Amino acid sequence: MVDIESKAHQTVPPAEVDEVELYHATSFWTKYVFSQDAKIIAIQYSCVAIGIGLVALVLSSLIRLQLGFPDMFDFITAETYYQFVTMHGMIMVVYLLTALFLGGFGNYLIPLMVGARDMVFPYVNMLSFWIYFLAVIVLVASFFVPGGPTGAGWTLYPPQAILSGTPGGTGLGIILMLLSLALFIVGFTMGGLNYVITVLQGRTRGMTMMRLPLTIWGIFTATVLALLAFPALLVATIMMLFDRLLGTSFFMPSLVEFGEQLSYGGGSPILFQHLFWFFGHPEVYIVALPAFGIVSDLISTHARKNIFGYRMMVWAIVGIGALSFIVWAHHMYVSGMHPYFGFFFATTTLIIAVPTALKVYNWVLTLWNGNIHLTTPMLFSLGFLVTFLNGGLTGLFLGNVIVDIPLSDTMFVVAHFHMVMGVAPIMVIMGAIYHWYPKMTGRMLDEQMGKIHFWVTFVGSYLIFFPMHYVGLVGVPRRYPELGDSAFIPESVATLNSFISVAAFVVGFAQVLFIYNLISSLRNGQLAGHNPWRATTLEWQTPQTPPGHGNFDELPLVYRWPYDYSVPGAPEDFLAQNDPGQGPVK
Amino acid sequence: MTDTSSNMASKPASRPVGLPGLIDDWSSDQRAFKGVGWRKSMMWIFLLSDTFIFSIFLLSYMTARMSTKVGWPNASEVFSLHIGNTNFPLLLIAIMTFVLISSSGTMVLAVNYGYRKDRKLTALMLIVTAVLGATFVGMQVFEWSKLISEGVRPWGNPMGAPQFGGIFFMITGFHGTHVSIGVIFLLVMAHKVWRGDYDIQSRGFFTSRKGEYECVEVMGLYWHFVDLVWVFIFAFFYLW
Repeated sequence: MVDIESKAHQTVPPAEVDEVELYHATSFWTKYVFSQDAKIIAIQYSCVAIGIGLVALVLSSLIRLQLGFPDMFDFITAETYYQFVTMHGMIMVVYLLTALFLGGFGNYLIPLMVGARDMVFPYVNMLSFWIYFLAVIVLVASFFVPGGPTGAGWTLYPPQAILSGTPGGTGLGIILMLLSLALFIVGFTMGGLNYVITVLQGRTRGMTMMRLPLTIWGIFTATVLALLAFPALLVATIMMLFDRLLGTSFFMPSLVEFGEQLSYGGGSPILFQHLFWFFGHPEVYIVALPAFGIVSDLISTHARKNIFGYRMMVWAIVGIGALSFIVWAHHMYVSGMHPYFGFFFATTTLIIAVPTALKVYNWVLTLWNGNIHLTTPMLFSLGFLVTFLNGGLTGLFLGNVIVDIPLSDTMFVVAHFHMVMGVAPIMVIMGAIYHWYPKMTGRMLDEQMGKIHFWVTFVGSYLIFFPMHYVGLVGVPRRYPELGDSAFIPESVATLNSFISVAAFVVGFAQVLFIYNLISSLRNGQLAGHNPWRATTLEWQTPQTPPGHGNFDELPLVYRWPYDYSVPGAPEDFLAQNDPGQGPVK
Repeated sequence: MTDTSSNMASKPASRPVGLPGLIDDWSSDQRAFKGVGWRKSMMWIFLLSDTFIFSIFLLSYMTARMSTKVGWPNASEVFSLHIGNTNFPLLLIAIMTFVLISSSGTMVLAVNYGYRKDRKLTALMLIVTAVLGATFVGMQVFEWSKLISEGVRPWGNPMGAPQFGGIFFMITGFHGTHVSIGVIFLLVMAHKVWRGDYDIQSRGFFTSRKGEYECVEVMGLYWHFVDLVWVFIFAFFYLW
C-alpha cells in the first residue's frame, strides 16, 4: 500500500486520447453574445437567473405587503395575490435556483475543476443558454398578456389551473407558463448532457472520480437527477397544454362550473400530482445537492482543514440522489392514497435523514479544531449549516403522515420549505459568489459590505421564518390573501404577520447592497491575485485570472485529492491538486 | 500534452473484464467509459432521459386507461383495415412495424459500411433507412386521417373512453415526431457521407467539430431507440 502511494505522486496515467481542438471565436458577437465558452455562458446564465430572481424577490415583498397589512393596498386583490405567489414560487425554484446552480456554477466550475478546456459540446451548451433565455422571456411575457400570469400556485394543480376561477386559467397565463417550462426543460437537457459527459469523459490526467471536488459531485449528481426528473414535468406540461388547448381530459374530471357542465370528463387530477411530484421532489435535491457540494468546499477551504469523511460525503450525495426518486408522494398525503403507500413514503422520506445527517455531522467535524477564518464565504456556509439543520428538523414533522395531515397547507409548510430549500441554498449561492467572484473577475468583493450583507440576511431570514412556524402551528392556512374573522386565529397572528413583513422588507433591501457590491467591486475591488483563498482545486491554479479561453496553457496533471490543507511540512500549508510535491496523497 | 502520441498505445490491452473491469474503469482518471467517444456517450445519456419521457407517457396512458369509467375501445376493431369483404385487424400496424424494424436492419448495415469507410454504400443505406422511416410516417398519416374520418378526436370518439383519442394522438404523435426528426438527420448525414465529409474529417457547419464515421453509429443509436420505443407502444397500445 505504502509502495503504491509513493509511486502515485510521481506519475499520472498517460493520456488516452488527443485533445479536441477548441472553437476559437473571432468577432465580438461570437465571443461575448453567442459565446461557446462555458465561462461566458456561465456568466450569462447567472446574470439572467439573478435578474429574474430579483423580480421574484419584488413579488415576495408584494406578498408580504398584503399579508402584513391586509386591505391597505388597492392594487393587491385576491387575484393578483395568487399571481404573485405563483410566479414567486416558480421563478425561485426553477428559473433562479436550478438555472444558477447548474447553468451558472455548473458551467463555470465543471470544466475548470475537472481540468478540461471547455464543456464537451460548446455549441450545444450555447443553445442551452439561449433556450433558457427564451423560456425566461416567455415567462416574463405572461405578466403583460390580458388576464395576467397564472395564479394556480407554483404546483399548477389541475383542474383549477385551467379553469376560469383561477387568474390566467382561461387566458394566456397558464399557456405561457407551461410553454416556458417546456422550453426550460429542453434548454436544460442540452446543458445537462454536457455537464454529465464532461465530468464522466472529459477529466484531465490523474483526475479520478474520487479526486473530484465535492462541488463537482454535487452538481454532477444533481444534473443526473434533473435529466431523469424533468421528463415527468415535460410530459405533465404537454398533457395539461392539451387539456387546456384541445379539450382533452387527461387531468380533468367531470365538472360543473358556475352551474354549467363542462365538456371535460374521466381524467385524473391525482395523475398530475404524481407526475408533478415525481419531478418536484428530485427538484428539491437538484437544488440542494449542488449546495451540499459547494458548501463542503467552502468549509474545508476557509477552515484550512481536509473535509471529514470524503468518501462518505460522496456516497451520501449519491444515496440522497437515488432515494429522492422514491419519496415523491409525501407531498400528497392529503390527496388520498392507500395507507400502505403513506407508510412506504413516510419510511423512505425518513431514511433520507440518514445520509443527510451524515453530511451535517461531517461538516461539523470538518470545522472541529479547524483554523476557521470568518470570511464572508465562511459566514454564509455557517449560516447554511444552521438553516439547513433547522429546516431539516421540521422536515421530520412533515414526513410523518400523522403529523403532516394537520400541518398540511399551513404556514408551517411554507416556513419549512423556505428554510430548507429557500434560505439554505441561497446562503450557499451567496457564499459561493463571494468565494468565486475573485476568480471570475480578478477582484475581491468588499468584505465589510459582505459581512453586513450576511448578518442582515441571516438574522433577517430567521426573523421572517421562525415566527412563521408558530403562525402555521396555530393553524393559519397558506395561500390565503387575508384571514378575515376566524375564531381560531388569535389576535397575535396579525401583529406577527406585520413583524414578519417588516423583516422581509429589510432583508429584501439588503440584497440591494449585495448587487451594489457586485457591480462596484468590478472596478474598485481589491486585486485578487490568482489564488486569494489559498485553495487547492484546479480552478485556482490557472495561469490567468480570470481564466482565459481554454482555461489552462497546458492541461494540469492531478496528483492528489482536493483537500490537502494544513499539510505538515508543506511550503504553504496547502498542496494544490496539481502539486506533485511530497506529502499525503489520496 | 506533448507526450500524448508516445503514450497512446501504452494503456495495457489486458484490462480486466466484468465487474472488476467496471470498477477499474470508474476509479480511473480521464474517462469512465473507456474507448467511448463524447458523441456516443452523450447520445446514450440523452436516450436514458428520453426513455423516461416515453415511460412516463406510457404510464400515464395506463393510469388513464385503468381509471376511466367508460369502456376502452377495442384496439383490434379500431385499428383494422377493411379490404374486400374481410376485416384485417391490425394489418396496417403490422406493416408499419415491419417497415420500421426493417429500417433498423438497414441502419445496422449503414453503420457497418461506415466503419469500413465504404462511402457510397453507407450513404445508400442511410437513404434506404430514411425512406423506410418516411414510409412509416406516411402510413401513420394515413392511420391518423382514417381515424379522424371515423370521428376520433383528442377530446372524444364514438368508440368509447374520451381519453383514447387524446392519448393515441399524443403518444403516436410524439413518436412520429421522433421518427420525422430522425429522417431529416438521416438525409443530412447521407448527404455528408456522400460528399466524403467523414473521410477528410471536415468540420460541422454548426459545431465546428471534425466529422468521423462514429457519427453514423451515434445516429444509429438514436434510430434503434426510436424503433425500440415503437415496440413498446405497439405492445401496450395496440395489443393490449
